[in-house]
Amino acid sequence: MPSDYASGFAPWEDADATPLISFDGVTKRFGGFTAIDNIDLQIYPKEFFALLGPSGCGKTTLMRMLGGFEDVTEGRITIDGLNMAGIPANKRAVNMMFQSYALFPHLSVADNIAFGLKRSDMPKSEIQGRVDEMLRLVQLQKFAKRKPHQISGGQRQRVALARALAKAPKLLLLDEPLGALDKKLRQETQFELMDIQEKTGTTFVIVTHDQEEAMTVASRIAVMDNGLLKQVDTPDRVYESPNSVYVADFIGDVNIITGTASEVLENTQLIWAEGATPITGMTGSRVVQGEPASFVIRPEKVSISKDEPQAANKVEGKVIDIAYLGNMSTYHVALANGVIVKSQTANNRRIARRDITWEDPVWLSWTDTAGLVLRD
Amino acid sequence: MRRMTSFNVVSLTMGFAFLYIPMLILVIYSFNASKLVTVWGGFSTKWYGELLQNEAFLDAAWVTIKVGLISSTIATILGTMAAFVLVRSGRFFGRTLFSGMIYAPLVMPEVITGLSLLLLFISIGLPRGVTTIVLAHATFSMCYVSVVVSSRMASFDRSLEEAAYDLGCTGWDAFKSVTLPIIAPAVISGWLLAFTLSLDDLVIASFTAGPASTTLPIKIFSSVRLGVSPEINALSTIIIAIVTVGVITASITSKRAIVKKQREEQMADT
Repeated sequence: MPSDYASGFAPWEDADATPLISFDGVTKRFGGFTAIDNIDLQIYPKEFFALLGPSGCGKTTLMRMLGGFEDVTEGRITIDGLNMAGIPANKRAVNMMFQSYALFPHLSVADNIAFGLKRSDMPKSEIQGRVDEMLRLVQLQKFAKRKPHQISGGQRQRVALARALAKAPKLLLLDEPLGALDKKLRQETQFELMDIQEKTGTTFVIVTHDQEEAMTVASRIAVMDNGLLKQVDTPDRVYESPNSVYVADFIGDVNIITGTASEVLENTQLIWAEGATPITGMTGSRVVQGEPASFVIRPEKVSISKDEPQAANKVEGKVIDIAYLGNMSTYHVALANGVIVKSQTANNRRIARRDITWEDPVWLSWTDTAGLVLRD
Repeated sequence: MRRMTSFNVVSLTMGFAFLYIPMLILVIYSFNASKLVTVWGGFSTKWYGELLQNEAFLDAAWVTIKVGLISSTIATILGTMAAFVLVRSGRFFGRTLFSGMIYAPLVMPEVITGLSLLLLFISIGLPRGVTTIVLAHATFSMCYVSVVVSSRMASFDRSLEEAAYDLGCTGWDAFKSVTLPIIAPAVISGWLLAFTLSLDDLVIASFTAGPASTTLPIKIFSSVRLGVSPEINALSTIIIAIVTVGVITASITSKRAIVKKQREEQMADT
């Protein structure tokens, strides 16, 4: 998490803060297809903002509208107080890092980085200095004279980043920046990206379909679906307090139990099976007494035991599957009415929990506040 | 290396014999001392010397080169523009018709192209000469260029151009400093193709040439009708030599470039 954030960086909670980017009722249609549907969104200076969603949800379109590659059908986008309508990509203080990196194959690494500077009002004498500075930032000094095909995938990604940052844009757009890297390199690069974002103080907007990546790097995440913003919040709030079943299901692993809400107070009772004790969970948004609702709980908040525990919520079931992942194990437990609930346990001791095995009758339990009741 | 079966050896020999024996005979007879083309009279290089004295051939060669250079350059510019529009402008009214029409001259009989151009030049009163041959050659070789360039354009990553705009380029600047250098190999091979087509075109040139502007193919064809002279053999041998050297150089250079690039990519990834 960026250290700014840890030290209380939260301009979105400050009513006086001026956003850098503002979407006001923005709609984008391609023919009869609505890619972006009436979106309102504010992004603040120095934020690392992630647009997250499945493919076709409109996240890339939203980013391309910021970059000036798509025009707005309805509504208005302002960047730094300036209405962006009719301003083309080459006149915006916005740079983009493309998914394919789009490095110019006929130019050396240094010339790629200098490309934008040569077309800015920077005096010729300062360009070389700026290029060197960018090469240092991404640790590629030794590769300045190489052509893009003479360096590795990870290095290409850093050249693309350096090139996009060279003109010191107010806003940097990153389109699936780590998609082409293998998992290990991707994790290292995520931290590098955060480090560079902090050093340069640039506002980053990243498009990704990888929720883990969004959780790692972003100060706030916008979860999108079908051209709509489902939830815009900090990673922990998106994970712990999703405002809809869609968001809960999209981010991380989750158990969903459907039923009817009764007794909506600070906590809600959910009637989920005939004759069973209702489940208690925190009341989420828009739950109405007597209406259908869903109880959502993360597998790591569900405890598993062989003996009946002392807990606010407990259900009996039978182990039908165990997924051993090394650092943790996930137990799939079938309840009496056929609902399957997952329970995840950290394997913090070697060969832990080997007392529970397939077909064992077990108890699952969780506290009053571990799960949420949400309207469907 | 696997040993070839005798069947393969025979078919290889037959194939190459079929292709190259006629040319080989031509080359051998160009060094014939005898004036009679079909009778061997000992080794001599005198026909090469006489060729250099023959003003008519030299003039024709100069006209051919001039026509080739100018027409292929015009064809390359027009063909690249056409390829750009056809690949880039997405769907517009009549796109299929246009792309069909640009390829039509590829299959059109040359006689018809030549005749229609001749009728056009007569009706607009353009006197026939180097200009008309250049126009005619540019017309028919343009579509070859656009085929070559558009196949390269189709695999061109659009985000390269978007990156150029993003970094502050205007449309022309982006084309000049990003698109053109990347598609340059296709443009160059399109130019070479147009130049070669222009060099050896006989049919269209004979329709559109004037009395004072004879290209080499026309000259060779008309003098052969009066009987093959050893000078023609010498001239043809020179042309074969130029083409062979050109082709071998081009293939060695591109092969080396590919090998170098592969080696560098392998090194970069380790």
